Amino acid sequence: MAKIKAGVATSHVPAIGAAIDNGLTQNDYWKPLFDGYEYAKEWIKIQKPDVVLLVYNDHATAFDSNLVPTFAIATGEEFKPADEGWGPRPVPNVQGHPEFASHIAQSVIQDDFDLTVVNTLDVDHGLTVPLSLMFGQPENWPCKVIPIAVNVVLYPTPSGQRCYNLGKALRKAVESFDENLNVQIWGTGGMSHQLQGPRAGLINKEFDNAFLDDIVNDPENLALKPHLDYINLAGSEGIELIMWLIMRGALNDNVDVKQRFYHVPASNTAVGHLVLENK
Amino acid sequence: MAIDKPYKNVPGTTIFDADMARLGFHLNQFCMSLMKAPNREKFKQNEKAYLDEWPMSEAQKEAVMARDYNQMMSHGGNIYFLAKIFSSDGISFQAAASTMTGMTQEEYAQMMLSGGRVPDSSNTLQKDS
Repeated sequence: MAKIKAGVATSHVPAIGAAIDNGLTQNDYWKPLFDGYEYAKEWIKIQKPDVVLLVYNDHATAFDSNLVPTFAIATGEEFKPADEGWGPRPVPNVQGHPEFASHIAQSVIQDDFDLTVVNTLDVDHGLTVPLSLMFGQPENWPCKVIPIAVNVVLYPTPSGQRCYNLGKALRKAVESFDENLNVQIWGTGGMSHQLQGPRAGLINKEFDNAFLDDIVNDPENLALKPHLDYINLAGSEGIELIMWLIMRGALNDNVDVKQRFYHVPASNTAVGHLVLENK
Repeated sequence: MAIDKPYKNVPGTTIFDADMARLGFHLNQFCMSLMKAPNREKFKQNEKAYLDEWPMSEAQKEAVMARDYNQMMSHGGNIYFLAKIFSSDGISFQAAASTMTGMTQEEYAQMMLSGGRVPDSSNTLQKDS
């Protein structure tokens, strides 16, 4: 059967993608950030996942104001990098896994999580920056990817508890798929950042580090954190962190922390990164 | 009974909720149109004429032409939609964010390098308030 063996959490700041695409990863500004991902890049070469369930949010790219699914799963064959206003990123197309994605959709929907099913989906930096951070610049991405999109743009977003529970439903869905697949789940976005208004630039290192502790050791309580705490203390865009709870919910209660990294800033944002293996 | 919206009181912050989305629908959809290169060209050639093709309020159009992002947000714009405008202008997210803070781009960049804006009692809601 298919099995989730590990989870990865990472921020997905667009400027990180631009730094990779423009060959700036070793300059004074960016090198400290990319050094924090060296472990994961080596680790994933050994892990060789067949499929990544990649939890991310669309940033008014594929979903505009006409259609805002709270949760969506992409069941298409292939997803193109989106033109977000400055041309598409020069990265490979993302290969989906339609059969596995459809199985997951059926399982979680029957388990009371009403995911919107999407076929054609251009994927923005929220999905492609984590791939670049983990895999560098290959000619083709070395695994299949099932995009799972979460609305964190139009308030209210789903609750932390809902996200954590969805993670558990995803795990059950994965484990009921007959093919032997090595599966990872990635939670992306965050950490503290605010991109708008007079308070833009807010960074909360204390909040972020407590979150990095709790997502590993106390996710049940972390899932209870109200929206207002994220917005008030981690910035209006810090709410993206709820997506990490989906990743965590899909893992075992006990996990090994293989890597933990925190860095400020990447453009406007605090960057957090975890590599977690099921015990 | 009205829905409680405590997030409205977070200092210096506009939360894009369903009411704001309704107010900003056409403004945000105009922004989405800039994801296509030919539309970007058309907008650059004559901003007012391009904006007049959208059923937006005059205040929304004026805020766009002034690149006043705080004003655009007060009229229902959301930052990820508005990003299509400053991306079309070739301006980075950090530079655009700085224009909303009353700081120069250099001051803002320096603040971020120094660890960002520190949360304190002036910029966060306090538990006992």
